[in-house]
Amino acid sequence: MADTLKPENDVQLLDAIKWAISEKTPLEVVAGGSKRTYGRPTQTAATLDVSGLAKIKIYEPAELYMTAQAGARMSEIDAALLDAGQQLSFEPPDLGPLLGGSENVATLGGIVATNLAGPRRIKDGAARDHVLGFNAVSGRGEIFKSGGTVVKNVSGFDMSKLMAGSFGTLGVMSTITVKVLPMPEKVRTLLIRWGADVPDDHVAMTAMSQALGSAHDVSAAAHLPAAITGRSGVDYVKSSSGGVTALRLEGPEPSVKHRTQVLKDEIKGFAEIEELHTKNSATLWREIRDVQPFVNCDNLPYVWRISVPPTSGSHVAASILQYLGGEVFYDWGGGLIWLALTAVPGAGAETIRAALMEMGGHATLVRAPSDIRGSVAVFQPLSGPEAMVTAKIKEGFDPDGILNPGRMYAGI
Amino acid sequence: MQMPKTDESVIARREELAAGLREIVPGEGVIDGEEELRAFDCDGLMAYKQLPLIVVLPETTKQVSDILKYCHANNVKIVPRGAGTGLSGGALPLADAITLGLGKFKKILDIDFENRCVVTQPGVTNLGITTAVEHAGFYYAPDPSSQIACSIGGNVAENSGGVHCLKYGLTTNNVLGVEMVMMNGEIIRLGGKHLDSGGLDLLGVITGSEGLLGVITEVTVRILKKPETARALLIGFPTMIDAGNCVADVIAAGIIPGGMELMDKQIIHAAEDFVHAGYPLDVEGLMVVELDGPDAEVNYLVERVEEIANTANASYIRISENEDERARFWSGRKNAFPAVGRISPDYICVDGTIPRKKLAEVLRRMEGISEKHDLRVANVFHAGDGNLHPLILFDANIEGELERAELVCADILTLCVEVGGVLSGEHGIGVEKRDLMGTMFTEDDLKQQQRLKCAFDPGHLLNPGKVYPELHRCAELGKMHVHHGKLPFPDIPRL
Repeated sequence: MADTLKPENDVQLLDAIKWAISEKTPLEVVAGGSKRTYGRPTQTAATLDVSGLAKIKIYEPAELYMTAQAGARMSEIDAALLDAGQQLSFEPPDLGPLLGGSENVATLGGIVATNLAGPRRIKDGAARDHVLGFNAVSGRGEIFKSGGTVVKNVSGFDMSKLMAGSFGTLGVMSTITVKVLPMPEKVRTLLIRWGADVPDDHVAMTAMSQALGSAHDVSAAAHLPAAITGRSGVDYVKSSSGGVTALRLEGPEPSVKHRTQVLKDEIKGFAEIEELHTKNSATLWREIRDVQPFVNCDNLPYVWRISVPPTSGSHVAASILQYLGGEVFYDWGGGLIWLALTAVPGAGAETIRAALMEMGGHATLVRAPSDIRGSVAVFQPLSGPEAMVTAKIKEGFDPDGILNPGRMYAGI
Repeated sequence: MQMPKTDESVIARREELAAGLREIVPGEGVIDGEEELRAFDCDGLMAYKQLPLIVVLPETTKQVSDILKYCHANNVKIVPRGAGTGLSGGALPLADAITLGLGKFKKILDIDFENRCVVTQPGVTNLGITTAVEHAGFYYAPDPSSQIACSIGGNVAENSGGVHCLKYGLTTNNVLGVEMVMMNGEIIRLGGKHLDSGGLDLLGVITGSEGLLGVITEVTVRILKKPETARALLIGFPTMIDAGNCVADVIAAGIIPGGMELMDKQIIHAAEDFVHAGYPLDVEGLMVVELDGPDAEVNYLVERVEEIANTANASYIRISENEDERARFWSGRKNAFPAVGRISPDYICVDGTIPRKKLAEVLRRMEGISEKHDLRVANVFHAGDGNLHPLILFDANIEGELERAELVCADILTLCVEVGGVLSGEHGIGVEKRDLMGTMFTEDDLKQQQRLKCAFDPGHLLNPGKVYPELHRCAELGKMHVHHGKLPFPDIPRL
């Protein structure tokens, strides 16, 4: 049985990594483990479990930041923020259930390492945009930090961006400082309930583009095709005979009231409009954020996360689904495609990447059995110069390949 | 200011190098006459001047790539330059380096309203992007005060901010993609019209890298719909401490204004004398708070900020009733620097960020620094995000004043770091704050940053002498120092 090292403080974390370097023992880095199957399978002899580094260290609501250890549970962070009427405005998803695990075990470190973001990505950014600073141990067994606790900071290279989305391949973060923001006073969601006679998703892209191009400060825009709506826990979505496009408005109460009315008037030409209030809004956007339509779908083993220019979302999806069996829904105004596929050969990777050639974008295989993740390109293949820089960065941070080796690409 | 040792052998090859560059960029794109070179001898940090070896002004990405390949092969250093408005000396020339100016990259390539983005060449000005899209009601949000002149490529290199970045983010939060040429001449495209990266976030690393990693030849930025309305409040306080507390109270109330600026008495008077903005002269601190968004929201928030200000001991409150009035409230703040130029022959603009709650302490201690070096310091802040711009007033013609002003600057920045802030909020490190990096970072921190540099430019040919006080050789940085069997291992819990 492989060793599991479970440091309880920063000194032990440093020692664990130094040990791994001196023993040439590659480590799989985990905390909550909710996204352990996200990425390529690693060939590791030991596990570094940082879930013991779980404390919220500093939370200063008036300074709009929180510093927490990387293994701090998102559920605890969310609860602390809620008490002060604040939130992480990038809406970190909980992918535990999607990936066959439990909910509420995700950690801050995991969210940052995978650079995830929920529906508000289009307005407020992803995890990358909210990391103000961090402390980490590199694969060289050296402690390094970057950033600070303030939002405006251009002192040296922005290493926070590099760490966000590096899947633990460059360093193991011990503490992370994130920007926090006030929760909106009021939330409303407008639903465009397309009739059963609307044949494709293209018109929904147009509607979302129009709403996002308005001055009404739409904070989320998603489209659920008819095949998906039945899985929602929100009656107005579930009962729709066709697809549903959802547009979220947030802010001070008088503002939300006003914008809801004006936007409603502007989009009523598309189809029937319904309005969701606080509770239903929260339910629907959590379903979208956590990719709940594809949780427990045994006939759809593969789930892809595809980022494209927003208006091309439905075209990219259609060009994939003409060859492969599956289902799709859209977030980020069409710019994020969640695609679930039946057991097609190679998880459909080639078809998907070919569909991205024209408009640009990237596709990541989020859910698949280990053997598939080991044999197809889970992350978007890199261009020559990108691959070279990526390999050299890995060499600079983790020359012996101790940290999550091969998690993103062969050798990275 | 110590710059990297000049390579005399490169200077000796000046004519040969100019001829080589003319093969790549024909005509007037290669400048080597002393008179013409003088136009490039500094950027916005005018205290430091140096004639470049040669200036080259390419017009295509292919030319940029060929220039870098040529310099790479000939081991010649490159200083990239946008509009030359940077305030930290990031584009300060080197005697043995070629200054590569992107001033001819002036075309906007694609305006895509449906995907809410613009693809542009890097020499287009920040304001030029807004100008190109405002007919359809859109704008580009980051607004550095030099926006009329600074280029978008320079904004990416410096991760520029502006008064509106509290609500709308810095450049890094608004850039979707770049095309960049690396020192070996390879062209790399990062991002596009979509969000986030499929691999490592190299775009995020490039943004704010001060020309040390590559030369940007194309930029894709997101554009936003202009808010329906903007209104500003002008709020005066009997003390700067009251003003600082009011800033904290507004944020604590869950309000993120479009802009929240603070000026001290010296600035208020200088600005009022200069532009007659109607500022009250009997207050110690004056805030401009701008709320933008839908009408209903703005009116509601203006009332709330007014209430908060009253509770926070405000002695003067005016609310803009129309666009003219709003512009007038801003005119003093926007002209603060030239206004100070009228009351002092020279000034240095400092750019640190502090945690908002430390404002009172920092103000008090800055007074001490000012007294110690016997120079006046006037204060303007982007108060909402804790970004300070103290202006150190001096006269370069009086012997020793420049040196004292530099000491004041270093003391203030060291103070910022000491209270938990950072060396630079938006102007960059460049040469100006380079030697203070050690106050914020450990040797290991700096080495790790330089390993990132090595992945892009192992020969340290791009913009050497900037940002890092000492550049270690990449081969040295790459070595692992492992002491087998000698590491202390306390009991790491094992399962």
